[in-house]
Amino acid sequence: MATAEAASASEGHGSDGHGHDHDHGQFIAHHFTGPRQQYDSCKLGIWLFLVTEVLFFSGLFVAYTIYRYHHPEVFEEASKFLDTRLGALNTIVLLFSSLTMAWAVRAAQLEQRAVTTRSVLITIFCATVFLGVKAVEYSHKWGLGIFVAYFFKYDGAHHGDTNSYLTTLSIVPGICVVVCAALAGIGMATGKPLSGKFWGALALGLGGYFAGVGLGVGYEAVFASEGESHAEAGDHAAPAEHAEGDAHTEAEHEHESTEALVMDPSSDEARNLGLFFSIYYFMTGLHAFHIIAGVIALAWIMNRSIQGHFRADYFGPVDYVGLYWHLVDLIWIYLFPLLYLIG
Amino acid sequence: MGTATVDNRRLYGHAPENNYLKHTRGIASWMFTLDHKRIGVMYLVGVTVTFLLGGFFALVLRSELFTPNKMFLTEAQYNQAFTLHGAIMVFAFIIPAIPGSIGNFVLPVMLGAKDVAFPRLNLSSFYLWVIGTFFLLVAMIAGGLDTGWTFYTPYSIQTPTNVVAATFGAFILGFSSIFTGLNFIVTINTMRPPGMTWFKMPLFLWGMYSTSIIQVLATPVLGITLLLLIAEKLLGLGIFNPAQGGDPVLFQHFFWFYSHPAVYIMILPGMAIISEVISTHSHKKVFGYTFVALSSVAIALLSFLVWGHHMFTSGQSSISIVIFSALTFSVAIPSAVKVYNWLATMFRGEVVLTTPMCFALAFLFLFGIGGLTGLFLGTLSTDVHLHDTYFVVAHFHYVMMGSTAVAFFAGVFHWWPKMFGRMYNETMGRITCLIVFVGFNLAFLPQFVMGSRGMPRRYARYDEVFQIWHQLSTIGALVLGLGILLGIVVLVRSLFNGKRVSGNPWGASTLEWQTTSPPHFHNFEFDPYVGGLYDYKGVKYDESVEGYVPIIPPGVAAPGSAPVPQTAH
Amino acid sequence: MAHDSHQQVSAEGTPLPSFNHPISVTTLLATFAALVMFTIVTVVVAKSLPMGRFEIWVSLGIATVKALLVMLFFMHMLHDKPFNVLIFISGFVFAALFMGLTLSDSEHYQDDIRAAPSFEGAQTTPILARGAEE
Ligand SMILES: [Cu+2]
Repeated sequence: MATAEAASASEGHGSDGHGHDHDHGQFIAHHFTGPRQQYDSCKLGIWLFLVTEVLFFSGLFVAYTIYRYHHPEVFEEASKFLDTRLGALNTIVLLFSSLTMAWAVRAAQLEQRAVTTRSVLITIFCATVFLGVKAVEYSHKWGLGIFVAYFFKYDGAHHGDTNSYLTTLSIVPGICVVVCAALAGIGMATGKPLSGKFWGALALGLGGYFAGVGLGVGYEAVFASEGESHAEAGDHAAPAEHAEGDAHTEAEHEHESTEALVMDPSSDEARNLGLFFSIYYFMTGLHAFHIIAGVIALAWIMNRSIQGHFRADYFGPVDYVGLYWHLVDLIWIYLFPLLYLIG
Repeated sequence: MGTATVDNRRLYGHAPENNYLKHTRGIASWMFTLDHKRIGVMYLVGVTVTFLLGGFFALVLRSELFTPNKMFLTEAQYNQAFTLHGAIMVFAFIIPAIPGSIGNFVLPVMLGAKDVAFPRLNLSSFYLWVIGTFFLLVAMIAGGLDTGWTFYTPYSIQTPTNVVAATFGAFILGFSSIFTGLNFIVTINTMRPPGMTWFKMPLFLWGMYSTSIIQVLATPVLGITLLLLIAEKLLGLGIFNPAQGGDPVLFQHFFWFYSHPAVYIMILPGMAIISEVISTHSHKKVFGYTFVALSSVAIALLSFLVWGHHMFTSGQSSISIVIFSALTFSVAIPSAVKVYNWLATMFRGEVVLTTPMCFALAFLFLFGIGGLTGLFLGTLSTDVHLHDTYFVVAHFHYVMMGSTAVAFFAGVFHWWPKMFGRMYNETMGRITCLIVFVGFNLAFLPQFVMGSRGMPRRYARYDEVFQIWHQLSTIGALVLGLGILLGIVVLVRSLFNGKRVSGNPWGASTLEWQTTSPPHFHNFEFDPYVGGLYDYKGVKYDESVEGYVPIIPPGVAAPGSAPVPQTAH
Repeated sequence: MAHDSHQQVSAEGTPLPSFNHPISVTTLLATFAALVMFTIVTVVVAKSLPMGRFEIWVSLGIATVKALLVMLFFMHMLHDKPFNVLIFISGFVFAALFMGLTLSDSEHYQDDIRAAPSFEGAQTTPILARGAEE
């Protein structure tokens, strides 16, 4: 079955007369005996790296489990602040990126270079959509004063401007898109079409961030106006009017609210609600960091694919980055129910 | 190239020119080298520096303890001195020392390979080590550090000293360690030469493999622990801070999940060296090879089950304590297996008391004491009494300094002729060993006594009844320091006026001795012959080489006898 | 998978080396469809069915099925060397060990943690909040 597909999918099928130069020693390091040893070594290396990633994250899962086990009611309460639908949307975005990643590996194995490039591009796009949605979620919480434990000051009122948080978060992605687009232009203008193609594609891929922001903002506009949504609008006090008077700095806010928490030692729940968000931000933040690292690796792969480096006996890099990307997906597959689906 | 016969001198002799040290020149050729041998040498220099720095702090605090009252350090300064001594010694010296220097240099050559699997990762591992050590130094200069090397919360959250820089340094050093371990696992797995199956692999490789397993599995947990602590300091996460409802005991679990296995990251490479040294200098196959090999793996796996023995008095439940205590004893089994097998290897062997062999014998003695005193600490009732006393300090110094560092010296003296092609003064080497041995025992045996009598660790001031023991210990530490300096002088002097040696001066049997000294820049000019493991009858003395050469059985193509396709270098 | 023994060829008609096992498009799409389905199921189950304390186990069970799908098909574990699979699985085994032994005694000292804020000066200002206070 797969053979038939491979044959039908392969564009150059039947034209096997042209030179298959097996002289691609350029990518086989001198200390390996050949492509097979190199592939096996790198593959083992990447699996070991994934093991270190699993154990790296395991600490956070242990911390999560300990606190959830001892404070189940706090976790149930805290989970209401997280939007299940946005979480589910992001889950599907990430799953789709895994599909395109696996497809990119397959295409690289079959030497379908254009398909490889396109699949990797879609993967990058999905990755940045994920980050965009995440940025909307973060800024929304920050606007409500939901920070890590020490800075936690949720009281139903608005603390700071959600939009300005979102704008701040979007500065770096914006710069990246502009720079990539400029480099694409320069590449095209200076007669380096491959470089131009790469930077253009990367600008497109990174633009996914803004698609994600748009999705998230649009979603919130629709559902917030319905007023039916989640905890913030429901069982907690409506946003207070003094939101406009936010001239004083964030730090002052923090100071006041910590005092409030310290002065009220009986509010065990308030303390632990803050702890939940410490864990939440650390877990999702570290995961987002891995997504960003993944985007960089994917960009590298896309460039090499555009340069036409990959062959049936040298597709390793796509495979290794793919494995890493699937691991990032795996971690999210667990984070989603643990954080968003409590209670 | 590759004519009918190649001169034995070219294959197994001294290589004055055509070697890894000389084939390129200049600072940049070292800084950007991907050659595992050069990286190993850079590590050797680097860990020597950190060792001297950590040793300097040790002598400072030992000197302060010469009298019960203040000599020249305030209590706060004393806290910083022992913290920096511990943090530098553990993170920047012992953990990277053997894998980084000897492991890097020897492991690929022992496999007959040209390099480790990932040379760039290897170089980045070295630079991560440099950066991590740099951050430890930053902590030392900017704000100091007084938490002890364990960074226990909540104190590490409250202290105004520079915990962030130090933990960041340790975090980076962790990645350096992971990269080395990952590299070694892959290299051993996929790059063994034809004919070298798992159970025909020298024991050094088994030891390094087991070490690497721990590095890969345990170090990431240290990474996340330190990252959480940094975030705790910067942002007030509260996860480990009881004042915010956090769990400080959880920090100890996190920390020891790494740091107990880490003591086997420290000792397993030492054991790996000792296996080679004892076999080579007894000219006898290691007794019970399979058991010694598998005991390394057993130690690596068991090491993950015992971390709670550091927390017997930290509020653990009684059930956990009993389980951890019982599991701790199980580690004694594979360790004892090794010691018995080394002793049996020497029995009826042709033992030659070379400098490395002297160090190996010192190791056996010191590891015996260090290991056996560990049993008292693993026993619940005695541990409650001995916990946080000098007994613990003495125990782990016997294991870390007395065993690992002495094994490291054994390894350096064993492979020094291979690394640099020069032989040091053997008499001076043996004297070094004697001074180190005497100084070490003088420094740490008294600590067992005062520890069992209740002298707590980490105290700047103490009761006068302990003074005599502290003074003995301080004198011992100074003697030990002198011994180590002497060793460095002996080795460095040999670089200038040491006798030039052949590829195999000891009559050793493993592959790294089947090339020139110093080795060819690709390790072997011609693929070596993989003969019997620890087969000391498989080598013979060759007058023309002034060293040992392998006996190639008839019917086997000798290295260099068949035309070898030479790629352009 | 029987078709593995067939000689596969690349887009240019070169035979694939033995370590090259492309996954069929059907498998990829089917895996993705199953993953999306399980995502929807887990949301619906968690939000609509009252299951009390079993809920976490159901959620985690579904997550594990999804994880297995990703591992087996997207990560090519079906075609990978058993040793690599063993390595990866061992990561989870050691993570489980870490979690199990840590959890086993955390109950013992929870009361002490609840009492902790009463300590004098226990509250520390994080470094990034200090500038504002001075
Ligand atoms: Cu221990």
